Amino acid sequence: MILFYLISASLLGAALFINRKRNVNYALLSTFLVIQIAFTVYACINFNKDSANYFTFDALGVLMLVTATIISVPAAFHSYVYIEESEENNPRSRATYFGALVFLITAVSAAYIANHIAVVWIFTEITTLSASALIYHHRNKLALEGTWKYVFICAISITFVFIGILFLSLSLTNSDADALSYKNLLLHKDLLNTSWLRLAFLFVFTGFTAKLGLFPMFTAGVDAKDKAPGPAAALLSSIIMGMGFVGIFRFYIVIANTTLLHWASLVVGIAAFLSLFIATVYMIKVKNIKRMMAYSSVEHMGLVMLGVAAGGIGYYAAVLHIILHSFVKSSLFFQYNQIYKVYKNKNIYYIGNYFQYNPTGAIVVLLAFLSVTAMPPSGLFVSEFLIFRSLFEAKQMLLLIVVLLLLTMIIWAFAKNIFKILFIPPVNFDATDVPRINPWRSLSQFVLIGGAAWLGLNPPAIFVELINQSIAKLI
Amino acid sequence: MLHVTLILFLITLFYLSIANRMTTYVNVLILQGLLLFVVSYLELKHIDTLNLILIMLETIVFKALAVPIFLRRVLKHNHITREAEPFLPNFVSLIITTIIVVITIVLSNAMEDVRLDKMFFVVALSTLFTGLYFIASRRKIITHVMGYLIIENGVFILSLAVGSEMPVLVNLGIMLDIFASVLILGIFLNKIGDVFKDVDVNQLTNLKDY
Repeated sequence: MILFYLISASLLGAALFINRKRNVNYALLSTFLVIQIAFTVYACINFNKDSANYFTFDALGVLMLVTATIISVPAAFHSYVYIEESEENNPRSRATYFGALVFLITAVSAAYIANHIAVVWIFTEITTLSASALIYHHRNKLALEGTWKYVFICAISITFVFIGILFLSLSLTNSDADALSYKNLLLHKDLLNTSWLRLAFLFVFTGFTAKLGLFPMFTAGVDAKDKAPGPAAALLSSIIMGMGFVGIFRFYIVIANTTLLHWASLVVGIAAFLSLFIATVYMIKVKNIKRMMAYSSVEHMGLVMLGVAAGGIGYYAAVLHIILHSFVKSSLFFQYNQIYKVYKNKNIYYIGNYFQYNPTGAIVVLLAFLSVTAMPPSGLFVSEFLIFRSLFEAKQMLLLIVVLLLLTMIIWAFAKNIFKILFIPPVNFDATDVPRINPWRSLSQFVLIGGAAWLGLNPPAIFVELINQSIAKLI
Repeated sequence: MLHVTLILFLITLFYLSIANRMTTYVNVLILQGLLLFVVSYLELKHIDTLNLILIMLETIVFKALAVPIFLRRVLKHNHITREAEPFLPNFVSLIITTIIVVITIVLSNAMEDVRLDKMFFVVALSTLFTGLYFIASRRKIITHVMGYLIIENGVFILSLAVGSEMPVLVNLGIMLDIFASVLILGIFLNKIGDVFKDVDVNQLTNLKDY
């Protein structure tokens, strides 16, 4: 089934690249979405089974795959709206956009369920390629700059991951092609050479931070989200970040079963804290609202990795947080396109009084803001609270206090900008011909935010069970 | 013989750090490709012949021919000036490269593993970090790309070190090589050359927070 999925999705993607007809494009895209949903259902039915040697439908993979599918359906719809309404709607850029979208979703889905570190690496390469096509959609100077930075930094980080894999192969005592699967690594955890394993973890971790949006390589993601079209930026800040998380987390599970657990948690913790710190600094001074959302993602990834570093209940909170964050942040990026449509600008000075021009959208912005900053009714409140609890239980009081102070500053900066968007009139804004935006277009965002709240406050038993299974090897 | 080739490779790094002209950079990349051709033959001669031919073809055709030809074409096509324009004087570059090599030697002594030839480890890691240093210290985008190609060469050496046991990793490295180089060189260097007339990183500072 996995081979069927990969081949048919690649064929659909290639057909989208070649074909320039509008109706055929959308027919192909809808076919892909059907295949994606069917594949997700298949993965759920065949839970914990292997497929084609290199893929396993395990708990973490299935959780992330379902998340990706839930987000990719509205992403495809909003891409359709975006492409149809943009002025530069030419057949070539439309075909490239949707082709790249299909390849991106396929590669991310395959990376989630891959059980071999080299296979994850290959699919990470493919996401770089397809994401760069999405970022370069507008084909102007700024888009080129964003794309260049993304491609270059991602190329270097992919090389880093590869070096990590080479060191990992040196740390093994037996050597055949299957030796690098996660299962095999866990099986031989006592035989791994720790000094090579240390180097391997450092390189793999640094490499995947470009996708995750964590401290050393976070810049690429921020520029990319700024220049990519809204729906593509939503994918970049949800499912691609999830891919970076899966890449690090699966390797971290191996490390956590060796004697290096304490050292690795220190490395992850430092990177996570620095990400939070940098996100705070940028959030305070940022004036471009799309970049503000991107920095907020950096902050949340910092929190997720703090949970991983703290251990205990933190592992559970980290997986929960990354899923809920994907839902909330993607809905914020979907809404961003409506904001841009009203104001034709993304600078905070020229945006304001959004309640007057698009009340439904303004409610989405307000709810998404409450969710992202983890105010009590939102689901992220639960996961952030659990992360703080894990820090408390790990006896990191000083770190906890500093983190809470940084978060307070982030909430202040975020709230200042969001309330400016909602209530304070913009500078030099000509309100005579503001386009009316169909309120139904905000439906997907309400569903995603509501879903995140439901999963956080009243999680179904199967959801809790899946998260517990995905962290079972850690405790 | 293997060690002589690897040491020659290390010397090319020192030469690069004091080289001034863009054509010298390209020539050194060709030389590195040829040296990698010899190294890959000496290290991997007992693996499956077909795979060996594939790997050696990659070094000679891709690293020593296609990429340098393409770089020359880009240099000519975009009228890039001949000087490399580093941020730091060449003397400092030479010292930094030396420090990098010394550090990797110290690091390699800390690693105790009988299976790994230390020479491979030292040359690969110093190539990697020198490449990163070149990226940080040079002004032109094309020198950044060359720095990336140097990193790739370092990774290739490292993959050869484990390659006799796991040849599939060398093939993966080749895939990375071709994929990333084609992506970076083929698509974007061409585009950037056309859009930004003078290819200098100082022009890539328009993405701002405010």
